[in-house]
Amino acid sequence: MEKFYIPEPDSNLPNANISNNQGLLQWISSVDHKQIGILYLLVGVLFLVLGGIAALLIRIQLAVPENNFLTPEMYNQLFTMHGTTMVFLVMTPIILGFSVYFVPLMIGANDLAFPRMNAFSMWLSLFGGVLLYFSFLAGGAPDAGWFNYAPLNERTYAAGSGIDYYCIGLLLVGLGTVATSINLIVTIVYYRAKGMSMKKLPVFVWMVLVNSFLIVAAFPPLNAALSMLLLDRQLQSHFFNSASGGSPVVWQHLFWGFGHPEVYILILPSFGILSEVFQVYSRKPIFGYNVIVGSGIAIALLAFGVWAHHMFAVGLGNTVYGYFAASSMLIGIPTGIKIFTWIGTMWGGSLRFTTAMLFAMAFLVEFTMGGLSGIAFAIVPIDWQLTDSYFVVAHLHYVFVGGSLFGIFSGLFYWFPKMTGRMIDEKLGKIFFWFFVIGFNLTFFIQHILGIKGMPRRVYTYADIHGYAWMNMLSTIGGFLMGASFLMLFYLLFKSYKSGKIAGNDPWDAYTLEWTIASPPPLKNFETLPHIESYRPFRDIKLAKKDNQNGK
Amino acid sequence: MILTDISIFNPQSASGQTLYQLDIYFIIAASFIMLLVVGLLIYVALKFKAKPTDGEPSQIKGSKKVEVFMIGIPFLMVAFFFYLTVKTMKQVEPSVSNERPTVVITGKQWWWQATYPGTKVVTANEIHVPANRKVLLKLVAADVIHDWWVPSFGPKMDMLPGSVNYLWLNIAKPGVYEGACSEFCGRQHAKMRIRVIAQTEKDYQKWLTKSAKDINPITDSLALAGAAIFQKSSCAACHQIRGTAAVAKVGPDLTHLASRKTILSGTKSNTKENLYAFISNPDAVKPGVNMPRFHFTKAQKEAVVAYLNTLK
Repeated sequence: MEKFYIPEPDSNLPNANISNNQGLLQWISSVDHKQIGILYLLVGVLFLVLGGIAALLIRIQLAVPENNFLTPEMYNQLFTMHGTTMVFLVMTPIILGFSVYFVPLMIGANDLAFPRMNAFSMWLSLFGGVLLYFSFLAGGAPDAGWFNYAPLNERTYAAGSGIDYYCIGLLLVGLGTVATSINLIVTIVYYRAKGMSMKKLPVFVWMVLVNSFLIVAAFPPLNAALSMLLLDRQLQSHFFNSASGGSPVVWQHLFWGFGHPEVYILILPSFGILSEVFQVYSRKPIFGYNVIVGSGIAIALLAFGVWAHHMFAVGLGNTVYGYFAASSMLIGIPTGIKIFTWIGTMWGGSLRFTTAMLFAMAFLVEFTMGGLSGIAFAIVPIDWQLTDSYFVVAHLHYVFVGGSLFGIFSGLFYWFPKMTGRMIDEKLGKIFFWFFVIGFNLTFFIQHILGIKGMPRRVYTYADIHGYAWMNMLSTIGGFLMGASFLMLFYLLFKSYKSGKIAGNDPWDAYTLEWTIASPPPLKNFETLPHIESYRPFRDIKLAKKDNQNGK
Repeated sequence: MILTDISIFNPQSASGQTLYQLDIYFIIAASFIMLLVVGLLIYVALKFKAKPTDGEPSQIKGSKKVEVFMIGIPFLMVAFFFYLTVKTMKQVEPSVSNERPTVVITGKQWWWQATYPGTKVVTANEIHVPANRKVLLKLVAADVIHDWWVPSFGPKMDMLPGSVNYLWLNIAKPGVYEGACSEFCGRQHAKMRIRVIAQTEKDYQKWLTKSAKDINPITDSLALAGAAIFQKSSCAACHQIRGTAAVAKVGPDLTHLASRKTILSGTKSNTKENLYAFISNPDAVKPGVNMPRFHFTKAQKEAVVAYLNTLK
């Protein structure tokens, strides 16, 4: 195994003497994990803009009752594309971007195990996304929801080619995602620095490892379902057609067999980011390393046994529901433990309220909110009332935005100096933070009430009854506040990138290996590495240096 | 209070009442956890803010005692709610043995058909049920998946093509209750509203008897002209009007259309103007609707509306 330490790029690589900056060509042809990581993030931003525009159009349509701003056909395409985009083409590329950028840096490797496959996966996912969006030009985007239930997704009810683009696009995106996960697993298992046993892995790397296994295991049911649907649509097979012996419920089992682990796939890396952020800005080790890693593994295992809580209104019977209620409530326990572990990490610390820390702390509130409304869906009778209502829309955005995205923002503000070599504008960052938090809660909190008052999801309009009108207007105002704060974020990132203060290697007095090297990191990450003694190796180095200076 | 008109917190049926109890327990537990997290967070933020004089704080790596609490207390809460879940499920949705359903409701794109087993009654969108009695609803779908949800009655239930679901209902008092299709079912999912008309046993039986009858003979000449157009111009190819040659079952049964308060799945009130507008251009009123546009003359449309208005 010795020869595997510090893998490519090696000094004898044929292109090592080529200039480090060849403009666009270098980005397209790069196999460097840092550049591919940034490309992943840019892909995420590109689709974030598209998915965000879809969201704003949806909110305009719903601002007032009986609105004719969008046709029902257009509305259905937009809400389908909004969901599909945000899950597959925004959150996934962004978490993979952070993973491929920082995993090698945090474990002392010079690249991923398979750098070319890394590039291949990224481009495959991008082209999958482009193909999905091409459907708009090819006669209409998919319009049966991101969950794409049978038989509404069959040719009888969806004659256009949108659903076919959905199948093929997501198959490609999924292939890329799985390939990257395999890459990350191999890298973490084989390319750790000397001395970095599994118990000395930074928590972020642990979460990425667990997450990668989740991805590898969760995507096959989706790919199977997509292939079966393509067969149904193109070759007249009957998997999901009840009239000829198929079952529309099979689609639901396969889709949620993927779909529920996917929810955890999008949150585990954020759990990892938070674990790093809380440690660094509290200047304390994580409160219960074994607990936080163990609960991550528990979540991953339980994630495969909870899918039918999306189907409590399907009529599967109380026996089946009993099992899935138990498993879905149980998965709340390791998640809750994490929340208290992070509070324990801050307890007795010396807290620095940077923007990254603010997002991490806000995460605790918003994600607890989303987690608790999620437990409501594990309690079957409450689910019977609230599933498929606006309460679900509120819940899932508290988890995806208040959870995953707040974690991603925290990571962005934490790692921006490392990726660009420049400090982020903290003052603007905090203004952005407050705008975003207010906009987010304004948009989604009221949707809990809409659901409680019986407004179903996925409706293109509603009558002026039961106070739906003012609640939706409030939500739309919040939505535009969120939109505006995204513009603020892009400006703030651009400005900081151009003219931020020079960051230096270690602006936060951080703990992990990526901060030991220059910002941004050189093409070859590490020339030398110390023997790793703990999951906070950089702190060990700094302490040793101090001891030396003190002449001990 | 905004939650008192239609909401899950204003239960009007036995199931709704049982579920409401559970909702309250859950809200208490959830609020406790939420306040605990927010409280701890505020305390931590105020108490442990970095000061310039701070050295490295003491490096506590965990505490077995706290960990036991962190795991133990949630376990107890989960056990408690699991018990309540199973108990409530059994209470609200006991298994259906050989009981005959009172109503069979079929979800269709984008309306509801109701038939009453043992009677000739077929109706659409406005579903009559007796109050103060346990009734069984049989729920099926004709095309894609739909979902039956009246918030004041508690649980919702999917309607699936190719299989059958049941829902128990015991409405506390007579009245009109609103709901909506809650599973995305295509273009007009938004306009698939539910109206349940709960009646006293006496009124319900009266309604059943009346609705089982065929139409009354028509005398009005305009209505007679309308009836002729209805039969000739392929309205009859989709709609049934019992007592006439129109026996098709594609669209809603119109035998007693004029006795309904609303048309188009509860989205428009049943007035001459609304019927006229819908017949003039169905797609403009309900985009995506399966009813074609017939290009009748004004006189023809008025005749058809007059005819439909006699179907009491």
